[in-house]
Amino acid sequence: MLIQLARSLVTALAATVLVIAPALAQDITGAGATFPAPIYSSWGEDYAKAGGSRLNYQALGSGAGVTQIINRTVDFGASDSPVAPERLEKEQLLQFPAVIGAVVVIVNVPGVDGTKIKLTGDVLGEIYVGRIRLWDDPKITALNPALKLPKIPISPAYRADSSGTTSIFTKYLSSVSPLFKERTGAGNSVAWRTGLGAPGNAGVAAAVKNIKGGIGYVEFAYAAENGMQALQLANGSGKFVTPTVPGFLQAAEQADWDNAKNMAATMLNMPGDNSWPIVSATYILVPRNPKDPARTQSVLKYVDWSFRNGAATADRLHYIMLPAAVQDRVRAQWATLAPAGKPLWPAN
Amino acid sequence: MNTPATPAIGTRKIHPADTTFRLSLHAAGAVVVIVLLSILAIMFMGGKLAFDTFGLGFIWGTEWNPVTQIYGALPAITGTLVTAILALCIAWPIGFGIAFFLTETCPEKLRTPLGVAIELLAAVPSIVYGMWGFFVLAPFMSEYVQPWLTSTFIWIPPIGDSFFWFTAPPIGVGMLTAALILAVMILPFIAATTRDVLLSTPQLLKDGAYAMGATRWEALTGVVIPAVRGSLFGAVFLGLGRALGETMAVVFVIGNAIRMPDSLMAPSATIASVVANNFPEAEPGTLDLAVLLALGFILFVVSFGVLAVARFLLRQERMS
Repeated sequence: MLIQLARSLVTALAATVLVIAPALAQDITGAGATFPAPIYSSWGEDYAKAGGSRLNYQALGSGAGVTQIINRTVDFGASDSPVAPERLEKEQLLQFPAVIGAVVVIVNVPGVDGTKIKLTGDVLGEIYVGRIRLWDDPKITALNPALKLPKIPISPAYRADSSGTTSIFTKYLSSVSPLFKERTGAGNSVAWRTGLGAPGNAGVAAAVKNIKGGIGYVEFAYAAENGMQALQLANGSGKFVTPTVPGFLQAAEQADWDNAKNMAATMLNMPGDNSWPIVSATYILVPRNPKDPARTQSVLKYVDWSFRNGAATADRLHYIMLPAAVQDRVRAQWATLAPAGKPLWPAN
Repeated sequence: MNTPATPAIGTRKIHPADTTFRLSLHAAGAVVVIVLLSILAIMFMGGKLAFDTFGLGFIWGTEWNPVTQIYGALPAITGTLVTAILALCIAWPIGFGIAFFLTETCPEKLRTPLGVAIELLAAVPSIVYGMWGFFVLAPFMSEYVQPWLTSTFIWIPPIGDSFFWFTAPPIGVGMLTAALILAVMILPFIAATTRDVLLSTPQLLKDGAYAMGATRWEALTGVVIPAVRGSLFGAVFLGLGRALGETMAVVFVIGNAIRMPDSLMAPSATIASVVANNFPEAEPGTLDLAVLLALGFILFVVSFGVLAVARFLLRQERMS
């Protein structure tokens, strides 16, 4: 126990030191969500090569990112789930989406091609509360008349660690399955009624691979990097779709940005021919009343540069850029940042 | 330890350096106690919100739901105790066998290499055990061990209608797999401590037993074990203490399900694994963080109790 505690203290200390130490005059510091960390870092490297400030991003988790920006120990915080409007107000923060990610569902059903399996959100919800327990359940076979599904138990896998991916996935299930909403609900970590938890995307993927009859959810970027096959889900129009980048874009374009408070537009279960139903943005938080406005401005410059030049990197790392119209909305939000009456955007 | 010295050696003066030395030793000793008590106090104060909200019911509440903010620690406490005790049941006989082999029947040549091998087992980082457990042991368990256990022990009647011993879908991870990994991890501790205890048995007693024509088994059960019984228990409890707090290896193989288990092979969670999984995202001032610290406090108390019992048993032996 003592060793454990010492270990966690050391980790916490190390994390603090890491965040504070490299805060040199011109470096941008950020902390938060692990999901967008690879792309933020890659964009940061490219931006520095192009003559911009250097970025130091610490992937400590969304919760830590929010805490750090509230304490103003970093220049920006990053969170997978949007922060509540009252909290943004109280802590004087501006929130905007930076990049889009999707969650896909992977399966291991012996003798069946996983990409051919079709599920509705409703059925997926019943699987994840333990109501549907076998792969040859009538509700599943009805959706897949052409497949020969075996009579083996379904073993749902989920993220053991508190995670933004879980938040997106459970928000989706709660929005399409009343049963799931009632029994489990949405959050970074929830009370799963059945199945097993594994650490990280890699853990969930390995659990599904190891267990016959396994089903699990991972970030699209992770599935794509590792060549994993994902099943088809019904979207808002009731069409069964395979997860593809155009499908994610179609979902993002349809989100109701006009009425989205603090730019937290939902992109879940959108209609369309290709729209993938589990799509979400990840967010950046900057202070409205920065101690050093120049530093906040350099964050905006970095994001703006990435919006304009980062598409190839995003493609390579399997992230989805914000649609151009949404990028313009984000810039319009930046224009409302005016500490001491001096607008930070457009930057000269 | 008052300064007035006995008059007989009254010419000797207490040198200031002696006083300084003595005081600094006291301070060094006090640091340990202060650190220990402050950790305990900080864990309790941090977790106070949890105890205030749920009362003592926090300890036996069976629901753990971050969405509705209802937290009960019983699933995690159960998982912790069951895996640790199972691990002990597996590791103790083997550790004892190793220790007895090393001290009594092992050829002189093998003694050192075997001893080193056991110590190396203790030096393997826990994350390595975890990954090995997850990628190698878990598939093996699900493919061979679990189906066999289920079909072999199906006759054991369940406890009520909620606990089925060995009847569970073969998913590889769960309390049994975690217990196996823990058993391997605590084996070197138990073996090494037991070996030292056995070595401390007076040779005269053993020689006496053999002189009476006792076999090795008779000497062991009739003379050695009765002579060092308490210390042997002490060795076991030290292993238990380690099993209770192990984190990284367990996170990989326990299945991380914070609900009451329905079989020995069911996925579960331990206090340490719950804290490790949820700590990074728990924000200061929230109930989420308070329950984690309260869990830490409970684990601290349990581990402390186990160590206290171990100390007590070891000391009793020395005094008798």
